[in-house]
Amino acid sequence: MKNDEFIVVKIEEVHKESKDTITLTIPYKLNSKPGQFVMLWLPGSGEKPISLSGEKDGKFTVSVCAVGSFSQAVNNLKKGDKIGFRGPFGTHYKLPKDCTSIATVGGGYGSAPLSYLTEEAISQGKKVYFIEGARTKTRLLFTERMRKLGAEVLLSTDDGSEGVKGYSTDVLKNVLETHKIDKVFTCGPEIMMKKVAEISKEFKIPSEVSMERYMKCGIGVCGQCCVDDLGICLCTNGPILSGELALKIKEFGVYHRDPTGKKV
Amino acid sequence: MLSTELAGVKLKNPTVLASGILGVTGASLSHVAKSGAGAVTTKSISLKERKGHLTPVIATYEHGMVNAVGLSNAGAEETLPEIEFAVKNAGVPVIASIFASTITEFGKVAAAVSKANPHIIEVNISCPNVDDEFGRPFACDPGIAAVVTKKVKKSTNIPIFIKLSPNVHNIGPIAEAVQNEGADGITAINTVGPGMIINIEAATPILTNRVGGVSGPAIKPIAVKCVYEAYKATKLPIIGTGGVTTGRDAVEMIMAGASAAGIGTGVYYRGPEIFSKVSKEIQEFMDKEGYKSINEMRGIAHEE
Repeated sequence: MKNDEFIVVKIEEVHKESKDTITLTIPYKLNSKPGQFVMLWLPGSGEKPISLSGEKDGKFTVSVCAVGSFSQAVNNLKKGDKIGFRGPFGTHYKLPKDCTSIATVGGGYGSAPLSYLTEEAISQGKKVYFIEGARTKTRLLFTERMRKLGAEVLLSTDDGSEGVKGYSTDVLKNVLETHKIDKVFTCGPEIMMKKVAEISKEFKIPSEVSMERYMKCGIGVCGQCCVDDLGICLCTNGPILSGELALKIKEFGVYHRDPTGKKV
Repeated sequence: MLSTELAGVKLKNPTVLASGILGVTGASLSHVAKSGAGAVTTKSISLKERKGHLTPVIATYEHGMVNAVGLSNAGAEETLPEIEFAVKNAGVPVIASIFASTITEFGKVAAAVSKANPHIIEVNISCPNVDDEFGRPFACDPGIAAVVTKKVKKSTNIPIFIKLSPNVHNIGPIAEAVQNEGADGITAINTVGPGMIINIEAATPILTNRVGGVSGPAIKPIAVKCVYEAYKATKLPIIGTGGVTTGRDAVEMIMAGASAAGIGTGVYYRGPEIFSKVSKEIQEFMDKEGYKSINEMRGIAHEE
């Protein structure tokens, strides 16, 4: 059975994560896995792929940062408003049974799917180093929730207003040098993810990245999110890719395509 | 023997990736070719770039799909490297789909994409979501369809296939009209309708464009009938497109008169692997029924 029917329900809860990011709790059982996404639909404002930031007890959450007109409209939603979605779509992060200790590296709101993964990993008894970087303190997300779960939260900011002054990739390097980590997971700006994949490769540790492209259909037909030169769709073959595969994608961290298909 | 021919262009099997599906980039077209397609078609290209409609642009239902992507594309100049990449790497014939909103522009975009040397140019005069300068698709009037054909034919030396609309009383006279002006082949059909899907909880049409072309299994009987009529009216090779999901569907198209079977929405049901699967299923059918070639089956449903 295909899972791409448009479903419309009332929002159960709206939680403000920061000045420009909200988390919506939507009462619907998706049977999703960390790393997967839904196509979130707001009639009149459009439809966009959004990574899940959690699912449990028959409810799922999405966390949306206001960056464009669609995400701004989502940020104006109130409890009880209707919201549409279809999914879950795409590949998910894989947590092998024999891995006992993982590191996640998130950049800004890229931490959303990693917070879902962390919850899952901790429920399986794994040790999680939750590394997050942002421009400044107020842009760090989910840190309290992750601490409460029992993750080792390691922060960095460009301006040094919280945690280490510098990049999350430097924090990762330090963790890999001093601890035994079985697998690294990342989501955030592509330049950062590329660095994470390269560092993991250097340390001979498997990694997974979350790579996104402009998506229209979410079901592997429109061809908008196909990447060079492999030609695979990221809505069905991604967004979660092994770091090894991502490094084979010529445009990874280099360019993407706009809604017309033009390289930008 | 699954090989077939479209206006002198040889295909190793009769499955063709239809326009609008997985056809934005050269790498994507090559990937589909490696998944077993006998030929691949680009998403329709216009002279200037077009943003297309606001999402949602695609919605599925029990029997198919409704879409109004809005002919988004990067424009002919920007798309040339994508066609060139496919011509170089796909290893199968590449069909460049073009569209325009005026007759003059059809000539210009045909000339522009010819620089990338596609094997065939498909002339999309039948998108149900975009009106032409006369306020309806070019494909709905034999006279206008003929003028477009003449213009494109003059602008390129590459074989041209005219993509026709099912949203007409009889496709036969239109097929005949484009043949008389030098069309080398016909693709039939484009999407049906347009149609509409309303989400009743949101109490609104799902597509932002409200209406969209209907494709998928639901439209197959209409497509088969159109191919049948186009075959009866002309001597042209036909790419029979519309609801082909299995090898049996493809054989049905061929028996109605198609030389090849276009597959678009089928990718949604069976993934890019659909091309190799359908080819295998056609071969199994031929073995079971004792057919030796695609050509032997072509149009046999017309025999009385």
